Amino acid sequence: MDLQAIAFYLLAAVTVISGFLVITARNPVHSVLFLIMAFFTAAGLFVMLGAEFLAMLLIVVYVGAVAVLFLFVVMMLDVDFTQLREGFAQYLPIGMVVGGVLSVEMVMVAVTVAANGAAGKNAAPAAPVADLPNAEAIGRVLYTDYIYFFQAAGLVLLVAMIGAIVLTLRHRPGVRRQNIGDQVARTPASGMKIVQIKSGEGLSE
Amino acid sequence: MTSSALEFWTTPLGWTLITVGQILLVTVVLLLSVAFQIYGDRKIFAGVQMRKGPNVVGPFGLLQSFADLGKFVVKELVIPAGADKPLFLLAPLISVILALGCWAVMPFGPGWIVSNINVGILYLFALSSLGVYGIIIGGWASNSKYAFLGSLRSAAQMVSYEVSIGFVVITVILLSGTMNLQQIVEKQAGGFWNWNMFGGGGLANLPILLVMFPMGVIFFISGLAETNRPPFDLPEAESELVAGYAVEYGSTPYLLFYLAEMSNILLMSMLFAVLFLGGWQAPFPTPFTDSWAPTAVSLFSFMWLFLKTIFVFFMNAMVRAIVPRYRYDQLMRLGWKVFLPTSLVAVMLVAAWRVFGPQA
Repeated sequence: MDLQAIAFYLLAAVTVISGFLVITARNPVHSVLFLIMAFFTAAGLFVMLGAEFLAMLLIVVYVGAVAVLFLFVVMMLDVDFTQLREGFAQYLPIGMVVGGVLSVEMVMVAVTVAANGAAGKNAAPAAPVADLPNAEAIGRVLYTDYIYFFQAAGLVLLVAMIGAIVLTLRHRPGVRRQNIGDQVARTPASGMKIVQIKSGEGLSE
Repeated sequence: MTSSALEFWTTPLGWTLITVGQILLVTVVLLLSVAFQIYGDRKIFAGVQMRKGPNVVGPFGLLQSFADLGKFVVKELVIPAGADKPLFLLAPLISVILALGCWAVMPFGPGWIVSNINVGILYLFALSSLGVYGIIIGGWASNSKYAFLGSLRSAAQMVSYEVSIGFVVITVILLSGTMNLQQIVEKQAGGFWNWNMFGGGGLANLPILLVMFPMGVIFFISGLAETNRPPFDLPEAESELVAGYAVEYGSTPYLLFYLAEMSNILLMSMLFAVLFLGGWQAPFPTPFTDSWAPTAVSLFSFMWLFLKTIFVFFMNAMVRAIVPRYRYDQLMRLGWKVFLPTSLVAVMLVAAWRVFGPQA
């Protein structure tokens, strides 16, 4: 058997199994760890497709940054799972409807792709430039043909970031904030007062 | 050697054997280097404080690290009650596997590299961003609040400084025009005035030295924070906080954490040499090596990389010995309010230099 095929089936199987374990694991921290494993093996699949740049970005962005925050939140929050499971029967029908719609959509997409080929009747993707490293090839398309979409995506992220700050920033009165400039500018003259104390009188102030 | 013997090495089996051999070679040399790196670190630390340092085991104490290794291995492995046992044991393994995996893309000399991939520097960045997991999982799985708080502390620190390291690396990528580490080194050929630290292109690129030199300094300092070295050793801080995420660890698992940390320090030193100090290039033009055998040239080049790495590591050890520890809020302020804006501006300046500068 081809070495690549073995690697593909191994990575794909691990991805699917860890994806399944994400929702079945009892401990939420284990769930997040399985999610990370799924991301990681998906990056391996990207490498097999020849998209090593995307694979590395997937790991840096999702595994290295986003999933760390997931893990932080899940570890810090004391999630009570018996309480979460109480409404299980109640929400089951809605969940099944959403899941059903999603799986029908996925089957339809797969059938269409199988019938027409991946890029069938749609606009052909930009012709791959021979002997160009992946990152350069993506850059050439991203910063020319799709520059507006790319910039718009950046703007959306910026708005999301500002929104998150606006939602969580609170100016509580009476909080003494540290001002590094003031601290560094402090001299002995401005920071202390020398008092001559006469014996038997003490300090009256 | 007959042609059939040569052909064998191009078959999948031969290729696998050769690669495994290279990996073993790199790993063994790395582990030996780490042993003497620990010794050197302690000797330098001791020298600054006018002590003798390790001097009992072996001549000049050279075998101290191996004695420590024996001590760690024969100790009893204690797993705390209520710990998540699989994760508790997995965490040091993750750390050490990632730390050793990084060496796959390190260019040791012309042609001396285990895996010469195009996204080499991103691969390093990806693996070092995964390194946080060993620490978080270790702290959480210990089922101890001190270990958990310690792991959150060091994870926040590593994530913060990874951002500025990323931007500094982008300036180097912009200057070299490639993410392949071997090519980044090759671009710095011809003498120290072509090193990225000094602008990366001789006299024509000299003005960009004003940007790249501070970038090198930021990379060095961020590397200290990333590898939890003093003055940023808040994760451990044995004199004021308990030993951080590793507080419940002992014996071999702790040894693995320690090994991963030391290997990462060596990696950061060598990466600094590769990105900013010309990697395996000699600091002067070397036309006299043209007539040498390829192996001799490789050894000659490796010697330079070795010397540069030792130089960077020496600076690292001196910083550890003479700079007092940062407070946690100062650490965060330095990362987010000083290094991040500075490196962002530097990325813009270097990009502008590449577009409008003399080499455009």
